[in-house]
Amino acid sequence: MVAQNVVFWILAVAMVLAAIGVVRSQNVVHAALYLVVVMAGAAAQYILLAAEFVAWVQVIIYIGAVIILFLFGIMLTRAPMGGDGDLDNDQRWPAAVVGLFLAGVLASLLIDAFGDKEVAISGAKGAETLATGKSATIADLIFRSYVVPFEIVSILLLAALVGAVVIARRD
Amino acid sequence: MILNQFLVLAAVLFCIGVYGVLARRNGVLVLMSVELMLNAVNINLVAFSAYLHAAAGQVFALFVITIAAAEVGVGLAIVLLIYRNLHSPDLDRVEQLKG
Repeated sequence: MVAQNVVFWILAVAMVLAAIGVVRSQNVVHAALYLVVVMAGAAAQYILLAAEFVAWVQVIIYIGAVIILFLFGIMLTRAPMGGDGDLDNDQRWPAAVVGLFLAGVLASLLIDAFGDKEVAISGAKGAETLATGKSATIADLIFRSYVVPFEIVSILLLAALVGAVVIARRD
Repeated sequence: MILNQFLVLAAVLFCIGVYGVLARRNGVLVLMSVELMLNAVNINLVAFSAYLHAAAGQVFALFVITIAAAEVGVGLAIVLLIYRNLHSPDLDRVEQLKG
């Protein structure tokens, strides 16, 4: 019980600090690297929640592919890397107010709604949690109950790929 | 572990993403903030999946990850097009329809 909580809080603090780094850094490449920390932290949280398959998909797709895409985007748009402070617009304070307000509303609602409900990690209930996260369970569900959405997503990916090529092509 | 610690962490990450979308000017950085928000939603889905012992939440998280990857591809193509036409990735300069 205690060990998981310690790991959670270390990860949570690292993730929040790195997320603030993503939105506050004045260097675009540093922002992308902070994003890697947030993604890796999220993958670790998934493992903490016994979702092994989602965790490794997160590592492969987000850290492996999406971050590389972002770095390509940074290079191709020749974003300023010297930190000349031109990355933010002038609505920083209204944005901070909106973000803090939303965080307050969401946190109070969540605490009101879910109180101190526990995610079972030990005993019979804990074994059930572990069984939920097994790759075999996920595979069963994807290819049995969710096979139509799965196929639609593959069509969507193809369309997005073709669309991205058409939009970015020089002609 | 309490369910709420995951939900509140996700809420905080989501709000940091909202701040990024509103306060950033560079198109690539706005897309990064959108990714932060999508990640927060994924943490929620996986936390509820573990809490309710329903693996469907993890399947939804997988779909969100896939669609986020497609979104980044198309989004970066649009930012690239904006950069090519306006010689700057600043979204504030995209104001052709402004009255």
